[in-house]
Amino acid sequence: MKPKVAFYWCASCGGCEEAVVDLAEKVLDVVAAVDIVFWPVAMDFKRADVEAMPDGSIAAAFINGAIRTSEQEEMAKLLRRKAQLVIAFGACAQTGGVPGLANLYDRESLLKAVYSESPSTVNPEGTLPAQHYGTNGEALELPAFWERVRTLGQVIPVDYSIPGCPPTPKLLADAVAALLTGRLPEPGTVLAPDKALCEECPRRETKPEKLAIRQFRRPHEVLIETDKCLLAQGLLCLGPATRAGCEARCIEGNMPCTGCFGATSRVRDFGAKALSSIASLTGSNDEAEIIQILENIPDPAGTFYRYSLPAAPLPGKRLNGASAR
Amino acid sequence: MPEASGPVGQDQAPVFEPKIVAFFCNWCTYLAADLAGTSRLRYAPNIRVVRVMCSGRVDPQFVLEAFAQGADGVLIGGCHPNDCHYQEGNYKALRRYHLLRRMLEQMGVEPERFRLEWISASEGERLRHVVNEMVEQVRALGPFRKCEQTEPVEEAAVR
Repeated sequence: MKPKVAFYWCASCGGCEEAVVDLAEKVLDVVAAVDIVFWPVAMDFKRADVEAMPDGSIAAAFINGAIRTSEQEEMAKLLRRKAQLVIAFGACAQTGGVPGLANLYDRESLLKAVYSESPSTVNPEGTLPAQHYGTNGEALELPAFWERVRTLGQVIPVDYSIPGCPPTPKLLADAVAALLTGRLPEPGTVLAPDKALCEECPRRETKPEKLAIRQFRRPHEVLIETDKCLLAQGLLCLGPATRAGCEARCIEGNMPCTGCFGATSRVRDFGAKALSSIASLTGSNDEAEIIQILENIPDPAGTFYRYSLPAAPLPGKRLNGASAR
Repeated sequence: MPEASGPVGQDQAPVFEPKIVAFFCNWCTYLAADLAGTSRLRYAPNIRVVRVMCSGRVDPQFVLEAFAQGADGVLIGGCHPNDCHYQEGNYKALRRYHLLRRMLEQMGVEPERFRLEWISASEGERLRHVVNEMVEQVRALGPFRKCEQTEPVEEAAVR
């Protein structure tokens, strides 16, 4: 009997599903080797089908996306019960991802921004999504939209993580191969190389021994040379702090690394470490000048915690008032 | 609710005693604290000193972790510019401080809670002044509470 595999998505954009589809013809090898028993984006199985499966009957569940709603948490817990292994698939499940940046705002201001303040919103009656809603004598229930975004690992125990926004098809294929052969590493391992991106960067040879950045530039402000270290060109590249394994795809596309693969095993908090690494490269010892150079990084939280705010020691903006939840 | 770690007066709310984690460099600020001690200078007992070899050793992860584990403020003390025992560790601290300060503001951490000061081995008096000042500023702000990943309250029924 073929091992059973499930895919699920939580607070995500669909890019991780794309990574599965990007296996292209290799997806046939996967399908030949495993039974996909649940995959909402591509196959018509329902929650009730999963509920009917015996506990532990799924070999591995690949869950992408962060956890923002009650439904996402329920599904994560359900799949945890049914699966022997749960793999946090992609940056959002692993460390919160881009949706995790919503933790810089409270729930009310998010709802206000989306449902009344955004310039393209037309909502004269000020309708907001309601968890409970009655109409024509029918009661409707929506999932609860919670105060905070959490990582998958903050909601259920996770056995392995595959990093990336999205992960590469190669990492997924390698993980499936490891599952099938039973050659699995220590639980808790991130299934990607444990070294910094700079180490496998195609422009590695052009990285200066000592970097001193006098001006941080954004990609649209400069004609980027294609064969020179991006930091040496003043672009804010997070390669020094980011885990390798992405095949340097952004660098190959002549764009700086934004850190989606997260930290290596020696680092606890990606954002603080990435900030440390970049700030140290500021090419001045004069305080006023340092401040001025660093002003070219207008949004440090969004830059360094782009993919990992909910996993950070301070997992979001502090809410005012001691009683705030 | 403020933490009731301070003295309790009669019929008075307990005074909030802030906890401040102080990372002091081995060559300057830690010696200034030593000097303040041997000179019998009195200053607020609210700092918990962690001796590091250089202010440049203070990883921003330490600062975030301190706040996450209940510190109400973080103070970094290092050698004056040009005085670093390792030539430029204090400049690295300075560069990180300014970027981290701005990131902490985005997380709702008031600027008074995070401070970098150059205090040389002979400046015991200055150490006393900085600590006392910071303790009072943080006391006025109240306890630091990080955002918790609490599960939300069930939303009240609408209509």
